[in-house]
Amino acid sequence: MREIHTDQIISALEGLFIDANINLSQFVLDAFNRAIDREESPVSKEVLRELITNAEIANKENIPICQDTGLAVTFLEIGQDVHIVGENLEDAVAEGVRRAYKKGYLRKSCCDPFTRKNTGDNTPPIIHIKIVPGDRIRIVVLPKGGGSENYGEVRMLVPSQGKEGVKSFVLEMVKKGGPNPCPPIIVGVGIGGNFETSALLSKEALMVPFGERNNDPVMAELEEELLEEINKTGIGPQGYGGTVTALDVHVKSMPCHLASLPVAVNIQCHAHRIKETIL
Amino acid sequence: MEIKIITTPLNEEVIKGLKAGDKVFMSGYIYTARDAAHKRFIDTLERGEELPLDIKGQVIYYCGPSPAPPGKVIGACGPTTSSRMDAYAPKLIALGLKGMIGKGKRSQPVKDAISQYNAVYFGATGGAGALLSKSVKSSEVVAYEDLGPEAVVKLYVDKMPLFVINDIYGNDLYEMGTAQYRR
Repeated sequence: MREIHTDQIISALEGLFIDANINLSQFVLDAFNRAIDREESPVSKEVLRELITNAEIANKENIPICQDTGLAVTFLEIGQDVHIVGENLEDAVAEGVRRAYKKGYLRKSCCDPFTRKNTGDNTPPIIHIKIVPGDRIRIVVLPKGGGSENYGEVRMLVPSQGKEGVKSFVLEMVKKGGPNPCPPIIVGVGIGGNFETSALLSKEALMVPFGERNNDPVMAELEEELLEEINKTGIGPQGYGGTVTALDVHVKSMPCHLASLPVAVNIQCHAHRIKETIL
Repeated sequence: MEIKIITTPLNEEVIKGLKAGDKVFMSGYIYTARDAAHKRFIDTLERGEELPLDIKGQVIYYCGPSPAPPGKVIGACGPTTSSRMDAYAPKLIALGLKGMIGKGKRSQPVKDAISQYNAVYFGATGGAGALLSKSVKSSEVVAYEDLGPEAVVKLYVDKMPLFVINDIYGNDLYEMGTAQYRR
């Protein structure tokens, strides 16, 4: 049994959420540069150049890339040979988030669903925990803005709708969002499982590295076809019209009930903030 | 791209010269207001009371900035999705609001109000909050401080980079752009 103190988890999360919100990862900048080469619209090329300048300013001035520093989505993969000591794990994650959003001057965007009263410290975070082999903890943070999250949906398709049904659902969501979720977007598609796992799969799909394809050739082909069709919609960067509407599309799938075909679509904005560490 | 330089408050002459797709640099005072502030504006008007600011000729920016770090005027301050303000905007436009800055499509009633009362809807680049913060030279909370990031803040902006989305002639950059590049 390897012991990991919750203080280590708190300080890791504090650092990760600040870093994610201020320093856009190089792989996202590389994707913007490739998008400039592919984009045909001069207005949209200008927008993509603004995004690169924006990331440079955020990094240099130590301010967030986007004012919507998101709900604090946190994935913990905990090795089954780890013994966590200290306080309650969920309290520790919340404390890490609380410290990051205060110290990093990040916006607190969490409120009561009806009164809309702000909780004041961006807690509670959204926590996903998986138990995995080993004696380490992998922490991935994905601060997620409201604008893109609002264009996600879970739909229980009829099995006979099959692959074509999935494609038309994803395209419907992308077109419905249009400029609102801040294209060029990243599209996560979760297929199978049940109602709630399809949603989680779609979120996990957003964390797959750009360019990587699903191991299942059918799903890999679906990713390619969706990316091509999304980029033919003409929505383009910021919705100002163009040929780069999505930077990538990822599909995650698992078996489902005989009677069901659950599908979830989760959309991520171009400000794809994701950082990780291993304790 | 050619850039049109405009200053607030917006007058009729300037508004008539703006076309969907134009890139503009805006300078002058603008006011932030988003979901909760708009709800209060309309509640105030429905009670027959006066708004906390005179919106005639003014520009509202749909924005809830991140907190200003020490030594800075403002944090990141990009636009939020405008459609959530669509229920409120026509009433404010009818009262003399001349400009709105945000991101995303507007409803038909908003576009109709834009044409009827000669207003303009501008797009700021969503997610470019750090870049947009560089054009903000001063910032002062003028109403609803209790709303935190949703308070109404008076900003002085210098050469804020924007695109014209909806002009008074009924043009819409989103529709024009998408139609042009759809395959």
